[in-house]
Amino acid sequence: MRNTNTMDATSTGAIKSGMRRKMKARLSWIPVLAALAILILMLIAGQVHFGSFVTPAMLSSLLVDNAYLVVLAAGMTFVILTGGIDLSVGSVMAFTGMLSAKLLSVGVPVALVIPLMLIAGALFGTMIGVLIHFFDVQPFIASLAGMFLARGLCFVVSLEAIQVKDPFVLGLESARLGYGDWYITPTGIIALIVIAIAAWVLAYTRFGRTVYAIGGNEQSARLMGLAVARSKILVYVVSGVCAGIAGLIFTSYTAAGYSLNGIGTELDTIAAVVIGGTLLTGGSGYMVGSLIGVFVYGVIKTAITYLGADASWERISIGILLLAFVVVQRFIVARANRN
Amino acid sequence: MSENAVVVEMRDISIEFPGVKALDDVDFTLRSGEIHSLLGENGAGKATLIKALTGVYSIDSGTIRVSGTERTFAGTADAQTAGIATVYQEINLCTNLTVGENVMLGHEVPGRFGINWRATHAKATTYLRQLGVDVDPRSQLASHSLAIQQLIAISRAMVVDCRVLVLDEPTSSLDRSEVEQLFAVMRRLRSRNVAILFVSHFLDQVYEISDQMTVLRNGKLVGEYQVGELSRSELISKMLGRELDELESIARNASRTIDRTGNPILKVTGLGRKGGIEPTDLDVYDGEIVGFAGLLGSGRTELVRVIYGADRSDHGAIEVRGKSVRLSTPRHSSDHKIAFSSEDRRAEGIIGDLTVAENIVLGIQAKRGWLRRVSKAQSDEVVAHYIESLDIRPASPHILMSNLSGGNQQKVLLARWLATTPQLLILDEPTRGIDIGAKAEIQREIAKLAAAGLGVIFISSELDEVLRLSQRVVVLRDRRKIAEFDNHENFDIDDIVALIAKEGAA
Amino acid sequence: MTRFFRSRLVWPMGALVALVLLNTISRPSFLSISVKNGQLYGSIIDILRDSAPLMLVALGMTLVIATRGIDLSVGAVMAISGAVALQFISKSTSPNRVGTVLIAIGIGVFITLLLGLWNGFLVAVVGIQPIIATLVLMLGGRGIALLITGGFITTITSSPYAQMAQGHLLGLPLAFFFSVGAIAIVGLLVRRTALGVLTESVGINPSASRLAGVRSRGIIWSIYGISGLLAGLAGILYSSNIMAADSNNAGFLIELDAILAVVLGGTSLRGGKFTLSGTVIGVFIIQTLTSTITFLGVPPAVTPVFKALVVILVCLSQSSRVRQYLGRIRHLRAAKPPIRLSGLETEVLAERKSG
Repeated sequence: MRNTNTMDATSTGAIKSGMRRKMKARLSWIPVLAALAILILMLIAGQVHFGSFVTPAMLSSLLVDNAYLVVLAAGMTFVILTGGIDLSVGSVMAFTGMLSAKLLSVGVPVALVIPLMLIAGALFGTMIGVLIHFFDVQPFIASLAGMFLARGLCFVVSLEAIQVKDPFVLGLESARLGYGDWYITPTGIIALIVIAIAAWVLAYTRFGRTVYAIGGNEQSARLMGLAVARSKILVYVVSGVCAGIAGLIFTSYTAAGYSLNGIGTELDTIAAVVIGGTLLTGGSGYMVGSLIGVFVYGVIKTAITYLGADASWERISIGILLLAFVVVQRFIVARANRN
Repeated sequence: MSENAVVVEMRDISIEFPGVKALDDVDFTLRSGEIHSLLGENGAGKATLIKALTGVYSIDSGTIRVSGTERTFAGTADAQTAGIATVYQEINLCTNLTVGENVMLGHEVPGRFGINWRATHAKATTYLRQLGVDVDPRSQLASHSLAIQQLIAISRAMVVDCRVLVLDEPTSSLDRSEVEQLFAVMRRLRSRNVAILFVSHFLDQVYEISDQMTVLRNGKLVGEYQVGELSRSELISKMLGRELDELESIARNASRTIDRTGNPILKVTGLGRKGGIEPTDLDVYDGEIVGFAGLLGSGRTELVRVIYGADRSDHGAIEVRGKSVRLSTPRHSSDHKIAFSSEDRRAEGIIGDLTVAENIVLGIQAKRGWLRRVSKAQSDEVVAHYIESLDIRPASPHILMSNLSGGNQQKVLLARWLATTPQLLILDEPTRGIDIGAKAEIQREIAKLAAAGLGVIFISSELDEVLRLSQRVVVLRDRRKIAEFDNHENFDIDDIVALIAKEGAA
Repeated sequence: MTRFFRSRLVWPMGALVALVLLNTISRPSFLSISVKNGQLYGSIIDILRDSAPLMLVALGMTLVIATRGIDLSVGAVMAISGAVALQFISKSTSPNRVGTVLIAIGIGVFITLLLGLWNGFLVAVVGIQPIIATLVLMLGGRGIALLITGGFITTITSSPYAQMAQGHLLGLPLAFFFSVGAIAIVGLLVRRTALGVLTESVGINPSASRLAGVRSRGIIWSIYGISGLLAGLAGILYSSNIMAADSNNAGFLIELDAILAVVLGGTSLRGGKFTLSGTVIGVFIIQTLTSTITFLGVPPAVTPVFKALVVILVCLSQSSRVRQYLGRIRHLRAAKPPIRLSGLETEVLAERKSG
């Protein structure tokens, strides 16, 4: 035993680990690629089935109509990457929308209203994050409280829908920059900018890397001396701010603030993020995956409209897709553990 | 070596937890450029001492000086600032990130647009190269062996420019060549005047790599020795100690003869699990107590876990009373009347929030399934019987298990298993961390049960306990059975110590 | 009984009494019960009747939470059972026959039992986290219900079916007897068999339970089955109340109310020990709270704000940090050294294992 040639052992080990490494590196992208494959397959199937499904107008509307969801998914990705969950986003989106509609209707200038929306979202996020980190409340429950609170506060603002007439807010949706049949609205641009910034933060900042580290192993992250407490709270703040931005987009999209907006949106968001390949246990996932996840969701919605099928199929297909992806994730994790 | 500059000086350190004095006026000195082993059995206080030094625990009394300055650590970050880095047994890195990130996390090289990954990875490579580790910093950490991960963790410690490196059981999951690689790195660091605190339960390795040794036992300092001045046997006796006085009352059990003609209760052939225990044979006959002797990590626990089905085996066969069986889950074993009490009472034994009575009846109930509930009358009878016969205190069946002392919890667990009327009882460290009175009671009970025909596998770190109770002793080392012999009157602890200590036994 | 009331139920009971007192002071009519046509009427009676669906769901949720799980799908499952039963009755030629109604209920509840077992399969066999496993059905379930009813709100006229939620027995609403029956049956099931104690054992310490030979997989599986079945019954009651299968609104957000009732009752979300009586009180607290809010003239839609505050308060009261802080104050007064972190003791043991 003593005289084993250590050089030999390490070099073969290195070769083996090199091969394994390539497999592993691909492993974390597999779910994203799978989502992309499904998206493309659905587009092709749609094209074959309907004749003219994939058109510039349809692809443009995919982004524009789901801009709010893209923004929400960006925030949710941060939260899920740490291994948490945020159920409050739909309600917070509705609340910030209500708040803006109310403020605008009493004549508060839009330049003040928009920052206020973002601050309101951030406050909700802070509350949830503090409950989770300092009081050891499970993310599910803490964000549930946030969800209740925001939903109830919507009705405190107003029981009725409030129409929004502010030209700037409306312009975010109605203004169209186009090239041929392709078009994009300011809301679409906002969504893309949010995704781009979020992707950059995740990949190129210490906060972003800490988010991954926490999701990978919180205990290790703490022992490595990373700012775990701050980052854990910050992800919920980010998610809250994103809900604020989504509130703005949704208000401009519907031209009104309404208390029942965005019910169930948190589930759509979680589904989109998971379908996009982010591991629910945290630590693995990419922003671009969440964007693809939203598009998959959007295509399902469009296809169901095209089919004239019952709208209920939308939720069922999302449910099935979510299940399929979770099971796939489960096996990937199980395999990674075995290695 | 001891003339080198003192880096860490811990004096009169005491740490107390509810009910336990984990460290009692312990002194510890670490000098630059030395590899210093910290030795002791379970619960000796090694881990507590390390956690005091690395800021995980705050000390109740005593002083810690690092490079002559007195320090109080409020957390791990304080210790790191003082230049103390730790690599734990369960390597504290993030397997979902790349090697380079794990080395540099928190110390990334900034660029114009956020982290400059190229420079960060280059810097990581430099640190890795310094330790002779040649891996691609962009590869995933999870793709590397534990040995490499360990070295990566050490590289990370170098980034923070540590003066003290604490290695807590770094070799427990490495094979021989990997250990060599780690030792090469340790020697390299020693030559760069880093002070290394090394903890390992492999004595060969301790003797191979260290310059100094400090031995703890039961939270107290036994002494500090240079490697040359203490033989293995002396070291082992110092680690294990002897608590003979009160236990002498139990007559030595060895002389009882066991009828080994018929079918054994349990016959194990070539049973093993990769990384746990090498293929091993074992028989247990009616009325026999088979004692396992060996240090922590010798494979004693791993072997019984595989037998019971708590962990899966990857080869070997098991026969119960001559019939070949598969014991792949605890459930199967309990169907074959085999009971197992884990060494980890808290995590794998007690159900803390249930009552004593519920804990005792759980074994019977699990066998019956949920539909056929153990009747109140039956439960009362069983519980009353065991509370009395095992002298469980307080003698109230309705208090919560978590409110009992360790010794009484252990008795409740014993009762849980006995109530299922097993034919073979596997006890892993049933007397650990409990007071001497309870210890004697449990030993007496085990001897009584065996005399009545029960087969017992008995594991203990305390060799005199093993010798006193067992008719047969199995000695394990380095995950292998190295000896098995019939116990007899004139065999004593030193003989086993000699077996365990024998260098490089093949 | 004294054991029951000594510790865990004191707080929820106190909260309920306080709520009732508050109501009685602000409107003396709150406790009064009038008799019309031999039937009892009054706010209390309303609470007993209206709480029935939540009661059924919360009982199941208690068991699921005891296993360290959670069942988000109960609302969707309610929608499905209502849809199935009503669809069957509406297609039947004799909607007023008791037999038809019984078969309809049977089919509805059987299907929800299967759905519960499906959740259990995902959690216990596939090993998916309970939140996500049940989220799948929560998302898809309402869609399935809508498909069953063809996208419409199925309405029926069937007097036996209507009786369930609207009828009376011995002067009390029939729905109340459903509550009582469910409490009795679940109570007997968990306390007369060993299901309760084994569930707790799995919830408190899964690995110790496994080593003790407990078949935790089977237990978890059956618990989700029970939760599905109870949610199914709740769906039947709900649809009987409005005589319609409203797939979008049946049991909407009831999972959250149910979780809240369980937590209010004193069962920890971390699993383990559970108390059905606590959950019963929790349900009454929520129902009384809703009734109070309505009475105070606050729009019912604002109710979530109060619920959110209750959730936050309850969570804070369970938080070890807050308890430690309160404990420290008490200790300082008694001039004793501050208590240590509760985690330390376990770490000592962990240390014994590793070092």
